[in-house]
Amino acid sequence: MTQSSSEAINRNRAVDWGLRAYILLAYAFVFAPIAASFVFSFNSDRFPSIPLGHFSLEWYAAVASDPLVWQGLGKTLMIGVIVGVVSTALGFGAAYTDHRYNFTGKQVYLALALLPPTIPVIILGLAMLAFLSRIDLSGRAISVIIAHVVICAPFAMAIIRLRLSQMDPALEPAAWNLGASEWATMRHVIVPFTKPAIFGALFITMAVSFDEFAVAWFVSGLNETLPVKVLGFLQGQVSPRINAIGTFVFVISMTLVILAQLLLSNRTAPKTDDKE
Amino acid sequence: MQHDTLVSFEGVIKRFGTFTAVQKMDFEIKKGEFLAIMGSSGCGKTTTLRMLAGLEAPTEGTIRLSGKPINHLPTWSRDTPMVWQSLALFPFLNVRENVEFALKMRGVGKVERRRRAEQWLDRMQILEFSERNIAQLSGGQRQRVALARSLVVEPEILLLDEPLSALDAALKVRMQSVLKNLQRETGITFFYVTHSQSEAFSMADRVVIMSRGVIEQIGTPQEIYGTPRTRFVADFLGSSNIFTGEVLSASPSSLEVKTTDGSLSLAGPLAAAMPRQGDTATITVLDTKTHLSVQRPAAGVNAVPVRVIGEEFVGATATVYLETSQGREIRVQKSHDELSGLPLDIGQDLFAYWSPADSHLVAEA
Repeated sequence: MTQSSSEAINRNRAVDWGLRAYILLAYAFVFAPIAASFVFSFNSDRFPSIPLGHFSLEWYAAVASDPLVWQGLGKTLMIGVIVGVVSTALGFGAAYTDHRYNFTGKQVYLALALLPPTIPVIILGLAMLAFLSRIDLSGRAISVIIAHVVICAPFAMAIIRLRLSQMDPALEPAAWNLGASEWATMRHVIVPFTKPAIFGALFITMAVSFDEFAVAWFVSGLNETLPVKVLGFLQGQVSPRINAIGTFVFVISMTLVILAQLLLSNRTAPKTDDKE
Repeated sequence: MQHDTLVSFEGVIKRFGTFTAVQKMDFEIKKGEFLAIMGSSGCGKTTTLRMLAGLEAPTEGTIRLSGKPINHLPTWSRDTPMVWQSLALFPFLNVRENVEFALKMRGVGKVERRRRAEQWLDRMQILEFSERNIAQLSGGQRQRVALARSLVVEPEILLLDEPLSALDAALKVRMQSVLKNLQRETGITFFYVTHSQSEAFSMADRVVIMSRGVIEQIGTPQEIYGTPRTRFVADFLGSSNIFTGEVLSASPSSLEVKTTDGSLSLAGPLAAAMPRQGDTATITVLDTKTHLSVQRPAAGVNAVPVRVIGEEFVGATATVYLETSQGREIRVQKSHDELSGLPLDIGQDLFAYWSPADSHLVAEA
């Protein structure tokens, strides 16, 4: 606490501590269940209860020895990467269109582009299932990819659009004026400028796809992703294996989100190694 | 300095929807000159610059560069680099890469473009910063990077869109001399947009004054300051006292105008078309050529009774603000010595007078 004295005297100590306590409680509320799951995943007891048994990796071992889990994980990762790349590409295109062009109906265009995440997932899942089975695309990995891209592309667009809005509007015409064609400007100015947001969007959309359960449950058929598998476990039996998988999925998702956050917040001095 | 034409605007008109930003414009930019285009915001000066840069297309008319029409050329195919008001440096490239950008786009090899970029960085005295990020530079250094980035292709003309507007006063004056020297040494034609009279008049060989999409006057700073051609120019420069009245008599070399502040005369060749008797005419006199006295001056000069309403200290000179009985504001600019004998208390009655030879006729429109 090295605030300047003028700031310190203008603040109420009680309120200060109150706000700190509030933040602590808010985080505790959000993370307590996850923390509990994390702790019990290393607990030897069959049922989650206090006092804890001894430290054990048996549930992780049990999960790791289940070929169905590996299958689900492989699917989830493969789908996540493809969804991330496709959504980010679509999101970039949509965001750039919004940035560059003015046209009638632009508000409608934007509203439609950002709409999918506001649709209840059950409705979206049902609609996807009905539509994809009609065109004979349900129950495959591609089904999950299509459904997830619909959910993820708006996130990518929102992230990239924010970055583009921070760009000096003169930057693009300045590049044209210096002899760069529109394509060259895209490659040498727009993409490098937007790069942190592009990678941020990539990681966020991967994380969203990785965690998404409801829609995947509807359309995946036999190509179950890991979250769908987890539900399968739950329906059969309550096993601490759930905690092990939960912890694992949480760590991967958090890693992706943190990476995205680092990229998006460190935007003042993006160091480019790209010399050519 | 050569005087061949480098750029010509021929009947150029620019409309945005129903709004006409530039109305039928005809003028030329000479090779090697420093031409400033000046006017208040929205007068069409920046639109004119952007049309030359290829960032806006003229609605009508032709723009020629070195005699060839360039209307159809996209901006990346023209050699008309521009220095932007925001500078628009690429934040993800370092100083040297920024300067190399235009060369890279023209397909110049790595070694050659590095050599040429460094040559310009050296010339702009920022070679030591070549590996720095843009964010690490001061305002003046960024300005130099922007200049180097545009000049590295050694164009025939450089376009500048109010590049100094973000700098503080002292730095602005320093950059003015940097720009003027650079222009003189390289011989590159500069086309400079500004709303600042001091910038335009201190650097430019010729000045274009625009208002509401129309060119009001083109001339050297001396010509424009000494003999504003239109009432707008006289008003805009703010250094003239302006009187409007009915023409009593007119000849090619003299004019007699009856104003609400008395009858005023003009001697010498008329700068605008000769009005007829009974027409409305506007005459001006520079504030530096307007004198003050306590006694009514002798006949043969224009004299107007005035009352002091204020005085402003402007360094070596002072500006005295006065008002006629009709409420017309009169300004007189004099050295402190010249004003020392005069009673200048607020409310003091004086006479403002000037020679008929210092009166100028200006066009109304």
